[in-house]
Amino acid sequence: MFNGLTAIAYKEFLHVVRDPATRFVFVIPLFQLLLFGFAIDLEVTDIPTAVVDLDSTAESRELHRVFANTATFDVVSVLATVDELDAALTAADVKVGVVIPDGFARELRRGGGAEVLVMIDGSYSTEAGTALSTARAIGLWAPSRFANVRVDTPEIDERRVGPRRIDVRTRLLYNPNLRSANFFVPGLVGIILQLITLLLTSFAIVRERENGTFEQLMVTPVGAWGLLVGKLIPYLVIGIIETVLVLLAMVHVFGIPIAGALPALMMLSVLFVVTSLSLGVIISTFARTQTEAIQVSFLILLPSILLSGFMFPLSSVPAPVQPITYLIPVRYFIEILRGIIVRGTPVSALWFEAGALAAYTLVLLIVGALRFRKRLD
Amino acid sequence: MSDDYAITTTDLTRTFGDFTAVDRVSLQVPRGAIYGFLGPNGSGKTTCVRMICGLLGISSGSAQLMGLDVATHPAEIRRLYGYMSQKFSLYQDLTVLENLRFFGRIYGLSRSDVRTTVDAQLESLGLAPYADRRAGLLSGGWKQRLALGAALLHKPRVLFLDEPTAGIDPVARRSLWNLLFELSDAGVTIFVTTHYMDEAERCSHLAYIRSARLLVYGTPSSLKALPDVTPAGNRWLELSCATPTRLLGPVSKLPGVEDSTIFGDTLHLRVAQSFEEAEADELFRSLDETEWGFREVSPGLEDVFVTLTRREQQANQNV
Repeated sequence: MFNGLTAIAYKEFLHVVRDPATRFVFVIPLFQLLLFGFAIDLEVTDIPTAVVDLDSTAESRELHRVFANTATFDVVSVLATVDELDAALTAADVKVGVVIPDGFARELRRGGGAEVLVMIDGSYSTEAGTALSTARAIGLWAPSRFANVRVDTPEIDERRVGPRRIDVRTRLLYNPNLRSANFFVPGLVGIILQLITLLLTSFAIVRERENGTFEQLMVTPVGAWGLLVGKLIPYLVIGIIETVLVLLAMVHVFGIPIAGALPALMMLSVLFVVTSLSLGVIISTFARTQTEAIQVSFLILLPSILLSGFMFPLSSVPAPVQPITYLIPVRYFIEILRGIIVRGTPVSALWFEAGALAAYTLVLLIVGALRFRKRLD
Repeated sequence: MSDDYAITTTDLTRTFGDFTAVDRVSLQVPRGAIYGFLGPNGSGKTTCVRMICGLLGISSGSAQLMGLDVATHPAEIRRLYGYMSQKFSLYQDLTVLENLRFFGRIYGLSRSDVRTTVDAQLESLGLAPYADRRAGLLSGGWKQRLALGAALLHKPRVLFLDEPTAGIDPVARRSLWNLLFELSDAGVTIFVTTHYMDEAERCSHLAYIRSARLLVYGTPSSLKALPDVTPAGNRWLELSCATPTRLLGPVSKLPGVEDSTIFGDTLHLRVAQSFEEAEADELFRSLDETEWGFREVSPGLEDVFVTLTRREQQANQNV
């Protein structure tokens, strides 16, 4: 059954060592982690903003400064009319427009509260949400900047709320500064490992099929499991080295400490690498050409990115799509990564994820071995 | 006794959907034979070999290798035969030595057995000077030797060669055949597919497959003596002349000429008793041919297969 395992593993090692593409295998994942880890920041800042100041008073200029001093808004242009602002928004030169109407200062001084119009481009929903909440916050506390103005906003009028108000005090756990990197980078580690390991093995068998060497293997007494496991071993070694590399980069470059147990993290990472490599092998046994293998790999990678909880929380995935997320192996791994790295979750609380990965792997390997029947048809 | 045969097949059939690639082929390959399996491209040769080797499922019928049913003994038969495919199918990025060692170990030879067998194989095939060269950098003939070496490491009783000499030069071809004769002398049964007639002439037994069906089989001399090939009263003449292509048309119209084909720089004619050499002589003189001569010959294998193929086509048209 395991006939020829060591011979296959050794031969595959030679291929890996001889293949000029191998040197990139270690560089690319690190490069991706650094690039995407820094580039994809979920905190929205510096939204291009235009201000139309129709009032031109000390107060309106102060409000202009207030908007400009937030991290959210970046005042890139000052326009003269609302029509100009409309044009700039339509052309997407700016995504937010602040219109300070004529008489803003007069209304403020009168003490009745003044109105400011904030126009937000809703086509980028994340940015729009942030712009909206920041603009509201400015409405709440900005009046205090104007010394001669009585602060009177209904929301913070304690006399109206009276003693019945509920004091909600929040405490942020695990990621007190809400650093998006702490959420994002561990997930990215999972996605990158998925990507590279899947591609590694999805070529492993189809390449032999294309070169005609598979036929020569099939006439030997090599066992299905010997072939399968022998093929996996060299890529497993590569996968483990890569896991260590990306985790080191995560800790030392992004400054994200591993809160939980490192051995548990490594063990479960290796389990995931095996799952992903097995998935690649399955692709390889079904694909007829290397091009086909690439195409199928990408069919798997897209849902892995979108439906794994990597970018969007799984709880917000619509119910009919939910079952699909359980079929995506990286979903479990991202859960494990965020658990152990960010929250310090003990393995005992991750048995479901670990079990799902183990079951997944077992099924894939058995299907793979069956696919390796000693036949060409 | 089926034990006298290295390979026997009984009504071996393979279909792919509606298409029948191999249609009820029954073969008996005596032990120690060099069995030539002939047929045009796409006739079902390779499919047949793959079924006998257990690489393809059998749709109906059966095949035995050294007395073992190939369908029920997939693992055992793999130790009994060696297989060399049409295309070079070893690892181009591995050296000659690494390729041989790999196949030695895959066949379960012990570490020391691998060393001694591989060394012996390198010596006997003359590959020793290239031991550390990448297989992909060898010339066609050397690649072929390497592939043969890899197929022989486990000392198989039967050797399958699928168009072994396609695309290699005549010198390499000849030396490969010399190796095959040596193996045959040592008792290895050789099953070789080809469409080269000169290779067919070297075989001890032949089978001819066309459009999935086995047309004839036997020793080369028995095939040449087939009544279908040389009907009663017919004989084969070789006409040597200066311009065979020019004469082919006129000669075929002479009375008594049943068949005519160009054979190298001569013409092969199958003639009936009514054929008169004098009539031909007169024709050639009228065509200003300067020199010619007739010689009685036995039909070549090419004559055999061309004749058989034509007969089969005529038979199909008459149906």
